[in-house]
Amino acid sequence: MRRPLNRFVSSLCKNAMEQGDLYRRLVVERARDPLFAGQVADAQAQGEGTNPLCGDRVRLTASMTPAGHIDSIRHETRGCAICAASADLMAEHVAGYDAQQVAALSEVFERMLKTGEPEAGTGELAVFAPLHQHRSRIRCATLPWTALSAMLNDLKDR
Amino acid sequence: MDKTLVQTRTVDAAEALRHLRADFPILSQQVHGKPLVFLDSAASAQKPRQVIDTMADTMRTQYANIHRGLYWMSERTTEAYEAVRDQVAAFINAAGREEIVFTRNSTEAINLVAHSYGSLLKPGQAVVISEMEHHANLVPWQMLRDRAGIELRVAAVTDSGELDMDSLAGLLADGNVALVAITHMSNVLGTITDARAIADMAHAAGARVLFDGSQLAVHRRVDVQALGADFYVVTGHKLYGPTGVGFLWARRDILEQMPPFMGGGDMISSVSFERSTWAPVPHKFEAGTPAIVEVIGLGAALTYIESIGFDAIGAHEAALTEHALARLTQVPGLNLVGTARDRGGVISFTMDDVHPHDIATLLDRNGIAVRAGHHCAEPLMRRLGLSATARASFGIYTTREEIDFLAQTLEQIRKFFV
Repeated sequence: MRRPLNRFVSSLCKNAMEQGDLYRRLVVERARDPLFAGQVADAQAQGEGTNPLCGDRVRLTASMTPAGHIDSIRHETRGCAICAASADLMAEHVAGYDAQQVAALSEVFERMLKTGEPEAGTGELAVFAPLHQHRSRIRCATLPWTALSAMLNDLKDR
Repeated sequence: MDKTLVQTRTVDAAEALRHLRADFPILSQQVHGKPLVFLDSAASAQKPRQVIDTMADTMRTQYANIHRGLYWMSERTTEAYEAVRDQVAAFINAAGREEIVFTRNSTEAINLVAHSYGSLLKPGQAVVISEMEHHANLVPWQMLRDRAGIELRVAAVTDSGELDMDSLAGLLADGNVALVAITHMSNVLGTITDARAIADMAHAAGARVLFDGSQLAVHRRVDVQALGADFYVVTGHKLYGPTGVGFLWARRDILEQMPPFMGGGDMISSVSFERSTWAPVPHKFEAGTPAIVEVIGLGAALTYIESIGFDAIGAHEAALTEHALARLTQVPGLNLVGTARDRGGVISFTMDDVHPHDIATLLDRNGIAVRAGHHCAEPLMRRLGLSATARASFGIYTTREEIDFLAQTLEQIRKFFV
Protein backbone atom coordinates (compact mmCIF):
# COMPACT_ATOMS: atom_id res chain seq x y z
CA MET A 1 0.00 0.00 0.00
CA ARG A 2 2.99 2.34 0.52
CA ARG A 3 3.85 2.76 -3.12
CA PRO A 4 0.57 4.20 -4.45
CA LEU A 5 0.45 6.57 -1.48
CA ASN A 6 4.01 7.75 -2.12
CA ARG A 7 3.19 8.26 -5.74
CA PHE A 8 0.14 10.27 -4.75
CA VAL A 9 2.15 12.44 -2.37
CA SER A 10 4.89 12.98 -4.91
CA SER A 11 2.36 13.94 -7.56
CA LEU A 12 0.91 16.48 -5.14
CA CYS A 13 4.34 17.89 -4.45
CA LYS A 14 4.91 18.11 -8.16
CA ASN A 15 1.89 20.33 -8.59
CA ALA A 16 2.19 22.49 -5.50
CA MET A 17 4.47 25.49 -5.64
CA GLU A 18 7.39 25.31 -3.23
CA GLN A 19 7.73 28.59 -1.36
CA GLY A 20 10.47 27.68 1.09
CA ASP A 21 10.83 29.12 4.60
CA LEU A 22 11.23 32.71 3.56
CA TYR A 23 7.77 33.66 2.39
CA ARG A 24 5.84 32.86 5.56
CA ARG A 25 2.30 34.09 5.99
CA LEU A 26 3.47 37.01 8.15
CA VAL A 27 5.80 38.27 5.42
CA VAL A 28 3.21 38.01 2.66
CA GLU A 29 0.47 39.60 4.78
CA ARG A 30 2.59 42.53 5.94
CA ALA A 31 3.77 43.12 2.37
CA ARG A 32 0.22 43.06 1.03
CA ASP A 33 -1.56 44.81 3.90
CA PRO A 34 1.00 46.79 5.90
CA LEU A 35 -0.02 48.11 9.34
CA PHE A 36 2.53 50.93 9.48
CA ALA A 37 2.51 52.31 5.95
CA GLY A 38 2.04 56.01 5.25
CA GLN A 39 3.37 59.21 6.80
CA VAL A 40 3.42 60.59 10.31
CA ALA A 41 1.71 64.00 10.34
CA ASP A 42 4.04 66.74 11.65
CA ALA A 43 7.02 64.39 11.57
CA GLN A 44 10.17 65.62 13.29
CA ALA A 45 12.37 63.09 11.58
CA GLN A 46 12.62 61.59 8.12
CA GLY A 47 14.99 59.26 6.38
CA GLU A 48 15.34 57.43 3.09
CA GLY A 49 17.13 54.33 1.88
CA THR A 50 17.49 53.28 -1.73
CA ASN A 51 18.95 50.23 -3.37
CA PRO A 52 20.42 51.35 -6.70
CA LEU A 53 20.71 47.72 -7.81
CA CYS A 54 16.96 47.18 -7.92
CA GLY A 55 15.42 50.63 -7.52
CA ASP A 56 13.76 49.76 -4.22
CA ARG A 57 13.16 52.70 -1.87
CA VAL A 58 12.03 53.10 1.74
CA ARG A 59 10.99 56.50 3.11
CA LEU A 60 10.41 56.93 6.83
CA THR A 61 8.75 59.67 8.83
CA ALA A 62 8.63 59.72 12.62
CA SER A 63 7.58 61.78 15.58
CA MET A 64 10.01 61.82 18.50
CA THR A 65 9.58 62.22 22.25
CA PRO A 66 11.47 65.09 23.96
CA ALA A 67 13.87 62.48 25.38
CA GLY A 68 14.79 61.34 21.85
CA HIS A 69 12.73 58.16 21.63
CA ILE A 70 10.76 57.23 18.51
CA ASP A 71 7.13 58.00 19.29
CA SER A 72 5.42 56.96 16.08
CA ILE A 73 6.99 55.85 12.79
CA ARG A 74 5.54 55.14 9.33
CA HIS A 75 7.10 53.93 6.08
CA GLU A 76 6.45 54.39 2.37
CA THR A 77 8.04 51.43 0.61
CA ARG A 78 8.47 50.78 -3.07
CA GLY A 79 10.01 47.36 -3.19
CA CYS A 80 9.70 43.62 -2.99
CA ALA A 81 7.71 41.68 -0.39
CA ILE A 82 10.78 41.10 1.78
CA CYS A 83 11.60 44.82 1.83
CA ALA A 84 8.00 45.90 2.45
CA ALA A 85 7.40 43.37 5.24
CA SER A 86 10.74 44.20 6.82
CA ALA A 87 9.85 47.92 6.85
CA ASP A 88 6.48 47.22 8.42
CA LEU A 89 7.78 44.88 11.13
CA MET A 90 10.65 47.27 11.83
CA ALA A 91 8.25 50.18 12.29
CA GLU A 92 6.23 48.10 14.73
CA HIS A 93 9.30 46.97 16.62
CA VAL A 94 11.23 50.22 17.09
CA ALA A 95 8.43 52.42 18.46
CA GLY A 96 9.67 53.66 21.86
CA TYR A 97 13.34 53.03 21.03
CA ASP A 98 16.09 55.64 21.14
CA ALA A 99 19.02 55.76 18.71
CA GLN A 100 21.20 53.50 20.85
CA GLN A 101 18.52 50.82 21.16
CA VAL A 102 17.88 50.98 17.40
CA ALA A 103 21.60 50.55 16.68
CA ALA A 104 21.77 47.54 19.01
CA LEU A 105 18.70 45.88 17.49
CA SER A 106 19.90 46.63 13.97
CA GLU A 107 23.16 44.83 14.78
CA VAL A 108 21.29 41.82 16.16
CA PHE A 109 19.04 41.78 13.09
CA GLU A 110 21.95 41.86 10.64
CA ARG A 111 23.79 39.16 12.57
CA MET A 112 20.68 36.96 12.39
CA LEU A 113 20.53 37.43 8.59
CA LYS A 114 24.13 36.23 8.37
CA THR A 115 23.85 33.24 10.70
CA GLY A 116 20.20 32.28 10.28
CA GLU A 117 19.93 32.07 14.08
CA PRO A 118 17.48 34.47 15.77
CA GLU A 119 18.73 35.92 19.07
CA ALA A 120 16.78 37.13 22.09
CA GLY A 121 14.88 40.32 21.33
CA THR A 122 14.32 39.70 17.63
CA GLY A 123 10.67 38.73 18.19
CA GLU A 124 8.70 38.60 14.95
CA LEU A 125 11.76 39.84 13.05
CA ALA A 126 12.93 36.22 13.31
CA VAL A 127 10.70 35.57 10.30
CA PHE A 128 13.57 36.88 8.15
CA ALA A 129 16.17 34.41 9.52
CA PRO A 130 15.82 32.11 6.45
CA LEU A 131 17.27 34.96 4.37
CA HIS A 132 20.73 33.71 5.31
CA GLN A 133 20.20 31.10 2.58
CA HIS A 134 19.38 33.84 0.05
CA ARG A 135 22.47 36.05 0.28
CA SER A 136 21.47 38.17 -2.69
CA ARG A 137 18.24 39.17 -0.93
CA ILE A 138 19.67 40.26 2.45
CA ARG A 139 19.84 43.87 1.27
CA CYS A 140 16.07 43.79 0.69
CA ALA A 141 15.49 43.22 4.43
CA THR A 142 18.16 45.64 5.61
CA LEU A 143 17.10 48.57 3.40
CA PRO A 144 14.47 49.85 5.91
CA TRP A 145 17.14 49.71 8.62
CA THR A 146 19.47 51.76 6.41
CA ALA A 147 16.69 54.34 6.09
CA LEU A 148 16.16 54.29 9.86
CA SER A 149 19.84 54.79 10.53
CA ALA A 150 19.89 57.70 8.05
CA MET A 151 16.87 59.22 9.81
CA LEU A 152 18.44 59.03 13.27
CA ASN A 153 21.84 60.28 12.04
CA ASP A 154 20.12 63.23 10.39
CA LEU A 155 18.39 64.00 13.68
CA LYS A 156 21.68 63.77 15.59
CA ASP A 157 23.43 66.12 13.11
CA ARG A 158 20.85 68.85 13.54
CA MET B 1 1.90 17.80 -44.88
CA ASP B 2 0.27 14.56 -43.73
CA LYS B 3 -0.25 14.02 -40.06
CA THR B 4 2.07 11.05 -39.62
CA LEU B 5 4.96 12.99 -41.08
CA VAL B 6 4.34 15.89 -38.70
CA GLN B 7 4.19 13.48 -35.77
CA THR B 8 7.37 11.72 -36.87
CA ARG B 9 9.16 15.02 -37.12
CA THR B 10 7.97 16.10 -33.70
CA VAL B 11 9.15 12.82 -32.19
CA ASP B 12 12.51 13.20 -33.94
CA ALA B 13 12.90 16.74 -32.67
CA ALA B 14 12.07 15.68 -29.10
CA GLU B 15 14.56 12.83 -29.37
CA ALA B 16 17.22 15.15 -30.78
CA LEU B 17 16.64 17.62 -27.95
CA ARG B 18 16.92 14.81 -25.39
CA HIS B 19 20.29 13.82 -26.87
CA LEU B 20 21.46 17.43 -26.96
CA ARG B 21 20.51 17.99 -23.32
CA ALA B 22 22.58 14.97 -22.37
CA ASP B 23 25.63 16.92 -23.62
CA PHE B 24 25.13 19.45 -20.78
CA PRO B 25 26.02 17.71 -17.49
CA ILE B 26 24.70 20.57 -15.37
CA LEU B 27 21.15 20.11 -16.65
CA SER B 28 20.82 16.93 -14.59
CA GLN B 29 21.59 18.83 -11.37
CA GLN B 30 18.94 19.56 -8.77
CA VAL B 31 18.32 22.89 -7.02
CA HIS B 32 16.46 22.89 -3.68
CA GLY B 33 15.65 19.25 -4.44
CA LYS B 34 14.02 20.12 -7.78
CA PRO B 35 15.30 19.51 -11.30
CA LEU B 36 17.18 22.55 -12.59
CA VAL B 37 15.17 24.55 -15.11
CA PHE B 38 17.78 26.94 -16.44
CA LEU B 39 16.17 29.98 -18.07
CA ASP B 40 19.06 32.44 -17.73
CA SER B 41 21.15 31.64 -20.78
CA ALA B 42 21.18 35.29 -21.86
CA ALA B 43 23.30 36.03 -18.78
CA SER B 44 25.60 33.07 -19.39
CA ALA B 45 24.92 29.80 -21.15
CA GLN B 46 25.70 26.34 -19.78
CA LYS B 47 28.58 24.35 -21.21
CA PRO B 48 28.46 21.09 -23.18
CA ARG B 49 30.86 18.31 -22.21
CA GLN B 50 32.60 18.86 -25.57
CA VAL B 51 33.79 22.23 -24.25
CA ILE B 52 34.52 20.97 -20.74
CA ASP B 53 36.46 17.95 -22.04
CA THR B 54 38.42 19.94 -24.61
CA MET B 55 39.59 22.39 -21.95
CA ALA B 56 40.44 19.67 -19.44
CA ASP B 57 42.22 17.60 -22.13
CA THR B 58 44.22 20.65 -23.19
CA MET B 59 45.48 21.16 -19.65
CA ARG B 60 46.07 17.41 -19.21
CA THR B 61 47.84 16.63 -22.44
CA GLN B 62 48.75 19.58 -24.60
CA TYR B 63 49.45 22.81 -22.80
CA ALA B 64 52.27 25.37 -22.89
CA ASN B 65 52.55 29.08 -23.50
CA ILE B 66 52.03 30.08 -27.11
CA HIS B 67 53.85 32.12 -29.77
CA ARG B 68 57.23 31.90 -28.08
CA GLY B 69 58.22 28.38 -27.15
CA LEU B 70 60.66 26.69 -29.52
CA TYR B 71 59.57 23.26 -28.43
CA TRP B 72 56.99 20.78 -29.57
CA MET B 73 54.41 21.32 -26.83
CA SER B 74 54.34 25.11 -27.30
CA GLU B 75 54.10 24.77 -31.07
CA ARG B 76 51.13 22.38 -30.81
CA THR B 77 49.36 24.69 -28.33
CA THR B 78 50.01 27.69 -30.59
CA GLU B 79 48.47 25.77 -33.50
CA ALA B 80 45.40 24.90 -31.45
CA TYR B 81 45.00 28.51 -30.31
CA GLU B 82 45.49 30.01 -33.77
CA ALA B 83 43.15 27.43 -35.33
CA VAL B 84 40.35 28.96 -33.29
CA ARG B 85 41.07 32.33 -34.94
CA ASP B 86 40.37 30.66 -38.29
CA GLN B 87 37.23 29.10 -36.84
CA VAL B 88 35.96 32.44 -35.53
CA ALA B 89 36.73 34.12 -38.87
CA ALA B 90 34.65 31.48 -40.65
CA PHE B 91 31.92 31.63 -37.98
CA ILE B 92 31.18 35.29 -38.71
CA ASN B 93 32.42 35.33 -42.33
CA ALA B 94 35.31 37.71 -41.73
CA ALA B 95 37.44 38.55 -44.77
CA GLY B 96 40.52 37.25 -42.99
CA ARG B 97 41.86 35.72 -39.78
CA GLU B 98 43.85 38.91 -39.08
CA GLU B 99 40.57 40.66 -38.38
CA ILE B 100 39.89 38.60 -35.25
CA VAL B 101 41.21 39.93 -31.93
CA PHE B 102 40.70 37.75 -28.87
CA THR B 103 39.54 39.65 -25.80
CA ARG B 104 38.23 38.71 -22.37
CA ASN B 105 34.61 39.35 -23.35
CA SER B 106 32.42 41.81 -25.28
CA THR B 107 32.96 44.46 -22.64
CA GLU B 108 36.72 44.38 -23.16
CA ALA B 109 36.25 44.36 -26.94
CA ILE B 110 34.14 47.53 -26.77
CA ASN B 111 36.61 49.16 -24.37
CA LEU B 112 39.38 48.29 -26.83
CA VAL B 113 37.53 50.12 -29.61
CA ALA B 114 36.61 53.05 -27.36
CA HIS B 115 40.24 53.51 -26.27
CA SER B 116 42.04 52.74 -29.50
CA TYR B 117 39.67 53.82 -32.26
CA GLY B 118 38.35 56.47 -29.86
CA SER B 119 41.83 58.04 -29.69
CA LEU B 120 41.59 58.76 -33.42
CA LEU B 121 38.40 60.82 -32.99
CA LYS B 122 38.53 64.59 -32.70
CA PRO B 123 36.77 66.75 -30.10
CA GLY B 124 33.34 67.70 -31.40
CA GLN B 125 32.83 64.41 -33.22
CA ALA B 126 30.02 62.24 -31.90
CA VAL B 127 29.30 58.62 -31.02
CA VAL B 128 25.70 57.40 -31.28
CA ILE B 129 24.33 54.64 -29.07
CA SER B 130 20.70 53.69 -28.34
CA GLU B 131 18.43 53.71 -25.33
CA MET B 132 18.51 49.90 -25.17
CA GLU B 133 22.24 49.38 -24.76
CA HIS B 134 23.75 47.15 -22.12
CA HIS B 135 25.99 49.20 -19.82
CA ALA B 136 28.92 47.56 -21.66
CA ASN B 137 28.04 49.54 -24.79
CA LEU B 138 27.32 52.73 -22.89
CA VAL B 139 29.84 53.35 -20.12
CA PRO B 140 32.98 53.03 -22.33
CA TRP B 141 31.55 55.74 -24.63
CA GLN B 142 30.68 57.95 -21.67
CA MET B 143 34.28 57.58 -20.51
CA LEU B 144 35.51 58.48 -24.01
CA ARG B 145 33.20 61.51 -24.01
CA ASP B 146 34.64 62.73 -20.71
CA ARG B 147 38.24 61.95 -21.72
CA ALA B 148 38.31 63.26 -25.26
CA GLY B 149 35.53 65.79 -25.66
CA ILE B 150 33.47 63.47 -27.85
CA GLU B 151 29.73 64.04 -27.93
CA LEU B 152 27.55 61.09 -26.93
CA ARG B 153 24.15 60.92 -28.64
CA VAL B 154 21.37 58.49 -27.77
CA ALA B 155 18.91 57.15 -30.36
CA ALA B 156 15.40 56.57 -29.03
CA VAL B 157 13.60 53.25 -28.66
CA THR B 158 9.90 52.98 -29.55
CA ASP B 159 7.27 51.85 -27.03
CA SER B 160 7.32 48.36 -28.55
CA GLY B 161 11.07 48.19 -27.92
CA GLU B 162 12.42 48.73 -31.43
CA LEU B 163 15.14 51.15 -32.47
CA ASP B 164 13.52 54.38 -33.65
CA MET B 165 15.11 54.75 -37.11
CA ASP B 166 13.83 58.33 -37.49
CA SER B 167 15.55 59.25 -34.25
CA LEU B 168 18.77 57.66 -35.52
CA ALA B 169 18.49 59.52 -38.83
CA GLY B 170 18.04 62.79 -36.94
CA LEU B 171 21.18 62.18 -34.88
CA LEU B 172 23.21 61.41 -38.02
CA ALA B 173 21.98 64.41 -40.00
CA ASP B 174 24.74 66.93 -39.17
CA GLY B 175 27.51 64.64 -40.40
CA ASN B 176 29.50 64.92 -37.15
CA VAL B 177 28.99 61.31 -36.10
CA ALA B 178 32.14 59.21 -36.25
CA LEU B 179 30.71 55.96 -34.92
CA VAL B 180 27.32 54.33 -34.37
CA ALA B 181 27.50 51.64 -31.65
CA ILE B 182 24.28 49.66 -31.34
CA THR B 183 23.21 46.31 -29.99
CA HIS B 184 22.34 43.64 -32.55
CA MET B 185 19.94 42.04 -30.04
CA SER B 186 18.70 43.58 -26.79
CA ASN B 187 19.51 41.59 -23.65
CA VAL B 188 16.34 42.95 -22.03
CA LEU B 189 13.72 43.14 -24.77
CA GLY B 190 14.89 40.40 -27.10
CA THR B 191 14.62 42.93 -29.95
CA ILE B 192 16.77 42.14 -32.98
CA THR B 193 17.85 45.37 -34.66
CA ASP B 194 18.02 45.82 -38.42
CA ALA B 195 21.81 45.91 -38.55
CA ARG B 196 22.04 46.19 -42.34
CA ALA B 197 19.77 49.26 -42.38
CA ILE B 198 21.67 50.84 -39.46
CA ALA B 199 25.01 50.22 -41.19
CA ASP B 200 23.72 51.78 -44.44
CA MET B 201 22.45 54.85 -42.60
CA ALA B 202 25.70 55.23 -40.65
CA HIS B 203 27.86 54.87 -43.77
CA ALA B 204 25.72 57.33 -45.74
CA ALA B 205 26.39 59.84 -42.95
CA GLY B 206 30.13 59.14 -43.01
CA ALA B 207 30.11 57.18 -39.74
CA ARG B 208 31.44 53.75 -38.93
CA VAL B 209 29.32 51.17 -37.19
CA LEU B 210 29.88 48.75 -34.30
CA PHE B 211 27.42 46.04 -33.36
CA ASP B 212 27.27 44.42 -29.95
CA GLY B 213 26.53 40.84 -30.97
CA SER B 214 26.75 39.34 -27.46
CA GLN B 215 23.16 38.11 -27.60
CA LEU B 216 22.57 37.74 -31.32
CA ALA B 217 25.55 35.55 -32.18
CA VAL B 218 24.06 32.83 -29.99
CA HIS B 219 20.81 32.64 -31.91
CA ARG B 220 21.47 33.54 -35.55
CA ARG B 221 24.28 33.28 -38.04
CA VAL B 222 26.32 36.45 -38.21
CA ASP B 223 27.83 37.54 -41.52
CA VAL B 224 29.81 40.68 -40.77
CA GLN B 225 30.41 41.37 -44.46
CA ALA B 226 26.76 41.02 -45.44
CA LEU B 227 25.79 43.29 -42.52
CA GLY B 228 28.21 45.95 -43.71
CA ALA B 229 29.65 46.22 -40.20
CA ASP B 230 32.96 47.87 -39.32
CA PHE B 231 33.25 46.43 -35.80
CA TYR B 232 31.47 43.44 -34.26
CA VAL B 233 31.91 42.13 -30.72
CA VAL B 234 30.98 38.74 -29.25
CA THR B 235 31.50 37.07 -25.89
CA GLY B 236 32.27 33.38 -25.53
CA HIS B 237 30.44 32.45 -22.37
CA LYS B 238 27.00 33.12 -23.84
CA LEU B 239 27.97 30.99 -26.86
CA TYR B 240 28.20 27.83 -24.71
CA GLY B 241 31.93 28.51 -24.37
CA PRO B 242 33.98 29.33 -21.28
CA THR B 243 34.14 32.64 -19.43
CA GLY B 244 37.17 34.87 -19.93
CA VAL B 245 37.16 34.85 -23.73
CA GLY B 246 35.42 36.88 -26.40
CA PHE B 247 36.46 38.57 -29.59
CA LEU B 248 36.48 41.76 -31.55
CA TRP B 249 36.14 41.65 -35.29
CA ALA B 250 37.04 44.78 -37.22
CA ARG B 251 37.86 45.47 -40.85
CA ARG B 252 41.57 45.02 -41.39
CA ASP B 253 42.16 48.53 -42.74
CA ILE B 254 40.57 49.99 -39.59
CA LEU B 255 42.52 47.72 -37.23
CA GLU B 256 45.75 48.75 -38.96
CA GLN B 257 45.03 52.45 -38.35
CA MET B 258 44.27 51.85 -34.68
CA PRO B 259 46.98 52.21 -32.01
CA PRO B 260 47.46 49.37 -29.48
CA PHE B 261 45.09 49.16 -26.54
CA MET B 262 47.40 47.59 -23.95
CA GLY B 263 51.13 47.24 -24.02
CA GLY B 264 53.18 44.21 -23.02
CA GLY B 265 54.56 40.98 -24.33
CA ASP B 266 53.35 39.40 -27.58
CA MET B 267 52.06 42.67 -29.06
CA ILE B 268 55.45 44.07 -30.03
CA SER B 269 57.74 43.75 -32.99
CA SER B 270 60.81 45.09 -31.20
CA VAL B 271 61.47 46.83 -27.90
CA SER B 272 64.24 49.12 -26.70
CA PHE B 273 64.25 51.67 -23.89
CA GLU B 274 63.86 54.42 -26.48
CA ARG B 275 60.93 53.00 -28.43
CA SER B 276 58.94 49.94 -29.33
CA THR B 277 57.31 48.90 -32.56
CA TRP B 278 54.13 46.95 -32.81
CA ALA B 279 53.39 43.47 -34.04
CA PRO B 280 51.12 43.22 -37.09
CA VAL B 281 47.37 42.90 -36.54
CA PRO B 282 45.73 41.18 -34.75
CA HIS B 283 48.65 40.50 -32.37
CA LYS B 284 49.15 44.23 -31.81
CA PHE B 285 45.95 44.04 -29.73
CA GLU B 286 46.74 40.87 -27.76
CA ALA B 287 49.18 41.91 -25.06
CA GLY B 288 50.39 39.34 -22.57
CA THR B 289 49.63 35.64 -22.31
CA PRO B 290 46.06 35.29 -23.54
CA ALA B 291 43.34 32.98 -22.25
CA ILE B 292 44.85 30.02 -24.09
CA VAL B 293 42.69 27.25 -22.63
CA GLU B 294 39.57 29.39 -22.91
CA VAL B 295 40.21 30.25 -26.56
CA ILE B 296 40.61 26.54 -27.30
CA GLY B 297 37.38 25.94 -25.35
CA LEU B 298 35.65 28.58 -27.45
CA GLY B 299 36.77 26.67 -30.52
CA ALA B 300 35.08 23.55 -29.16
CA ALA B 301 31.91 25.56 -28.53
CA LEU B 302 31.87 26.86 -32.11
CA THR B 303 32.40 23.33 -33.44
CA TYR B 304 29.51 22.19 -31.26
CA ILE B 305 27.21 24.98 -32.47
CA GLU B 306 28.12 24.34 -36.10
CA SER B 307 27.39 20.64 -35.63
CA ILE B 308 23.82 21.56 -34.69
CA GLY B 309 23.60 24.35 -37.26
CA PHE B 310 21.89 27.69 -37.11
CA ASP B 311 18.92 26.42 -39.14
CA ALA B 312 18.05 23.96 -36.38
CA ILE B 313 18.93 26.43 -33.60
CA GLY B 314 16.80 29.13 -35.21
CA ALA B 315 13.82 26.84 -35.76
CA HIS B 316 13.96 25.50 -32.18
CA GLU B 317 14.24 28.94 -30.61
CA ALA B 318 11.60 30.54 -32.83
CA ALA B 319 9.13 27.79 -31.87
CA LEU B 320 10.03 28.13 -28.17
CA THR B 321 9.70 31.91 -28.21
CA GLU B 322 6.36 31.79 -29.99
CA HIS B 323 5.10 29.22 -27.50
CA ALA B 324 6.45 31.18 -24.52
CA LEU B 325 4.90 34.47 -25.65
CA ALA B 326 1.52 32.77 -26.16
CA ARG B 327 1.67 30.84 -22.87
CA LEU B 328 2.99 33.69 -20.71
CA THR B 329 0.30 36.04 -22.05
CA GLN B 330 -2.25 33.70 -20.45
CA VAL B 331 -0.73 34.15 -16.97
CA PRO B 332 -3.03 36.53 -15.07
CA GLY B 333 -1.37 39.83 -14.19
CA LEU B 334 1.71 39.20 -16.35
CA ASN B 335 2.94 42.07 -18.54
CA LEU B 336 5.41 41.43 -21.34
CA VAL B 337 8.10 44.10 -21.64
CA GLY B 338 9.09 44.55 -25.28
CA THR B 339 6.99 43.44 -28.21
CA ALA B 340 9.30 43.94 -31.17
CA ARG B 341 8.35 42.16 -34.40
CA ASP B 342 11.81 40.69 -34.93
CA ARG B 343 12.91 39.19 -31.66
CA GLY B 344 14.72 36.30 -30.04
CA GLY B 345 14.24 34.08 -27.01
CA VAL B 346 14.84 36.68 -24.32
CA ILE B 347 11.57 37.59 -22.61
CA SER B 348 11.27 40.27 -19.93
CA PHE B 349 8.12 40.61 -17.89
CA THR B 350 6.60 42.09 -14.79
CA MET B 351 3.64 40.86 -12.76
CA ASP B 352 1.01 43.01 -11.11
CA ASP B 353 1.33 42.87 -7.30
CA VAL B 354 4.54 40.80 -7.35
CA HIS B 355 8.03 42.33 -7.38
CA PRO B 356 10.54 40.80 -9.86
CA HIS B 357 12.87 39.83 -6.99
CA ASP B 358 10.12 37.90 -5.25
CA ILE B 359 9.32 36.20 -8.56
CA ALA B 360 12.97 35.20 -9.01
CA THR B 361 13.37 33.88 -5.45
CA LEU B 362 10.13 31.88 -5.57
CA LEU B 363 10.96 30.47 -9.02
CA ASP B 364 14.37 29.50 -7.64
CA ARG B 365 12.70 27.56 -4.81
CA ASN B 366 11.10 25.53 -7.60
CA GLY B 367 14.36 24.95 -9.43
CA ILE B 368 13.76 27.64 -12.06
CA ALA B 369 16.64 30.07 -12.68
CA VAL B 370 15.65 33.45 -14.16
CA ARG B 371 17.24 36.87 -13.89
CA ALA B 372 15.58 39.77 -12.10
CA GLY B 373 16.74 43.36 -11.90
CA HIS B 374 17.75 46.03 -14.37
CA HIS B 375 19.85 43.65 -16.49
CA CYS B 376 22.74 46.12 -16.76
CA ALA B 377 20.50 48.47 -18.74
CA GLU B 378 19.40 51.12 -16.24
CA PRO B 379 18.66 53.85 -18.82
CA LEU B 380 16.38 51.46 -20.71
CA MET B 381 14.52 50.66 -17.47
CA ARG B 382 13.98 54.38 -16.89
CA ARG B 383 12.78 54.78 -20.49
CA LEU B 384 10.25 52.00 -19.85
CA GLY B 385 9.25 53.48 -16.49
CA LEU B 386 10.32 50.35 -14.60
CA SER B 387 12.84 49.72 -11.87
CA ALA B 388 13.25 46.05 -12.62
CA THR B 389 11.86 43.14 -14.64
CA ALA B 390 12.09 39.38 -14.44
CA ARG B 391 13.65 37.80 -17.52
CA ALA B 392 13.47 34.29 -18.89
CA SER B 393 15.91 33.49 -21.68
CA PHE B 394 16.31 30.36 -23.73
CA GLY B 395 19.17 28.31 -25.08
CA ILE B 396 19.51 25.38 -27.45
CA TYR B 397 18.69 23.03 -24.57
CA THR B 398 15.49 24.76 -23.41
CA THR B 399 12.32 22.68 -23.71
CA ARG B 400 8.65 23.50 -24.18
CA GLU B 401 7.92 21.67 -20.93
CA GLU B 402 10.27 23.99 -19.04
CA ILE B 403 8.38 26.99 -20.36
CA ASP B 404 5.06 25.41 -19.38
CA PHE B 405 6.46 24.77 -15.89
CA LEU B 406 7.60 28.39 -15.67
CA ALA B 407 4.15 29.66 -16.65
CA GLN B 408 2.39 27.30 -14.24
CA THR B 409 4.68 28.31 -11.37
CA LEU B 410 4.17 32.00 -12.18
CA GLU B 411 0.42 31.46 -11.95
CA GLN B 412 0.88 29.93 -8.50
CA ILE B 413 3.17 32.76 -7.38
CA ARG B 414 0.56 35.32 -8.40
CA LYS B 415 -2.13 33.42 -6.46
CA PHE B 416 0.18 33.28 -3.47
CA PHE B 417 0.49 37.06 -3.34
CA VAL B 418 -2.98 38.18 -4.34
